[in-house]
Amino acid sequence: MASTRIDVRKTYKLYIGGQFPRSESGRSYVVNDAKGRLLANAAQASRKDARDAVVAARAAFGGWSGRTAYNRAQVVYRIAEVLEGRREQFEAELRAAEGVSPGRARAYVDAAVDRLVWYAGWADKIAQVVGNANPVAGPYFNLSTPEPSGVIAVVAPRGPLLGLVSVVAPLIVTGNTVVVIASEQHPLTAITLGEVMATSDLPGGVVNVLTGSVAEIAPWLASHMDVNGIDLTGVADPALAAQLEVSAADNLKRVRRPAPDTDWLAEPDLDRMTRFMETKTVWHPIGV
Amino acid sequence: MTPTASSTESSAPTSGVFDDVVRSDSSLRRFLHGLPGVDQVGAEARAAGLATRSVKTTSKAYAIDLAIRMVDLTTLEGQDTHGKVRALAAKAMRPDPADPTCPATAAVCVYPDMVATARQTLGDSGVHVAAVATAFPSGRAAMDIKLADTRDAVEAGADEIDMVIDRGAFLSGRYLDVYEEIAQVREACNRPDGTGAHLKVIFETGELQTYDNVRRASWLAMMAGAHFIKTSTGKVQPAATLPVTLVMLEAVRDFRDQTGQMVGVKPAGGIRTTKDAIKYLVMVNETCGADWLTPDWFRFGASTLLNDLLMQRTKMTTGRYSGPDYFTLD
Repeated sequence: MASTRIDVRKTYKLYIGGQFPRSESGRSYVVNDAKGRLLANAAQASRKDARDAVVAARAAFGGWSGRTAYNRAQVVYRIAEVLEGRREQFEAELRAAEGVSPGRARAYVDAAVDRLVWYAGWADKIAQVVGNANPVAGPYFNLSTPEPSGVIAVVAPRGPLLGLVSVVAPLIVTGNTVVVIASEQHPLTAITLGEVMATSDLPGGVVNVLTGSVAEIAPWLASHMDVNGIDLTGVADPALAAQLEVSAADNLKRVRRPAPDTDWLAEPDLDRMTRFMETKTVWHPIGV
Repeated sequence: MTPTASSTESSAPTSGVFDDVVRSDSSLRRFLHGLPGVDQVGAEARAAGLATRSVKTTSKAYAIDLAIRMVDLTTLEGQDTHGKVRALAAKAMRPDPADPTCPATAAVCVYPDMVATARQTLGDSGVHVAAVATAFPSGRAAMDIKLADTRDAVEAGADEIDMVIDRGAFLSGRYLDVYEEIAQVREACNRPDGTGAHLKVIFETGELQTYDNVRRASWLAMMAGAHFIKTSTGKVQPAATLPVTLVMLEAVRDFRDQTGQMVGVKPAGGIRTTKDAIKYLVMVNETCGADWLTPDWFRFGASTLLNDLLMQRTKMTTGRYSGPDYFTLD
């Protein structure tokens, strides 16, 4: 008997401030699978969506950075738990988008979950490792502690799941809030990951996902005076990267340069966390 | 800035046109209840429709500057200090210190005991001092106290008085009491030299329950001689909304048609973004016409709105998005 049920297809939208709005511009673009066939339409974000995302990220920053590091670890671990529970959906999406084998897709999801757990563990340990009790010539405590920079804009690398997780997780465990432009070729998994984050006790606005043209949106984020850092990991065009870096200098943003050949399966170092942290040094007048 | 309209002539309230109406409580009630009812759904739909206009580029730049010139920069907190009022007054004169082309706001709005401080800081810059009076925000005090409150503020140098009506009296139908109250406060706004402070009458529309009441209150205040009618104190939610302001704008338009006198409108409270402000400007133009599109006849009672206007202005002049870090908090 032929099935008469109508397909229920998902509309891929943006993830801003804990909501899934369409692009303010009303635009969308075609996303193809690995064989060049239509996979779905994704929202094509405009500069105003980027502006709204920065406002949402700024609003979320106070609450998120004010949480205890231990609590941030719990929330990021929770993202890993929920991702693990939806692994079949992600494996299917990776196979469709990238055309990888089932074994390879499983390995990527495994690695993404493990990466989240790895960074979650760092949340309440990074201060001990990169902070310090400084010896000074006087009867004072002198303590340096790392603090989050603020709102960080990220251009995500091509890896639809593992690449995205590897650039976002180190920023949020340290207390930053993030506006991330998902991979232009593989944006769908990023929005599905947004659904995971929306159901993982992560407050709305801590991570905001835009899909669309990097060349169109990134310059607005790079010149935005209310963005404190920009991670250019996924920028493929060297001329665009240079232009973004120049714009970022307007308000002395912290910049992370493109890293085209990163092996995302390898264990990361601490640099992705420490690059977007500020060191606060306090003199404590009651001495040793 | 065109400070001419304020602090000048104070013609007698509506000079005779409504003498019959305000003769007794019952004639006043007959008149106010005889005003056409407001179509609630229609008013809200009209306001929502006008809010969809897209204002861009040079029009937007014009609208932003106009909105800045219309702002009554307000601080009405129990925790206000003289230092804060001085800082606010300095900001009113020079909203964006980095850009000399940025216009000044229309006024600063403070409690009566802060008027002298504001006056001293503002000097002859052209920025007015507005004072809330008559036991703001509740309006619950004896009449002589309200009048003394008003006289104090005028004596201290206030150019504009924002009074609240007695909502209890209005809601229980004692319209003549409200009328007399407004007329007496207007009297108290007069200075010995014959000039007078401009009177803005606050309805606190969030407490008036219906649009019909807003329309009645508007006519009542205009007949009693208000120079401006103002939506809210900012202390009650909901404060200013587009439909409420639409009803008031229609009232001032109809009032001019009938009497030839212009009355200003001031929405206050809850207007925080440039987008909101531009929606109001569109509504003013579409309802009353361009005559009202000046700081003499339309004002915004706001504090946070100014920063958003300045951020949008900076975005238009520099081509990049600005952030709240670059503007003072108050």
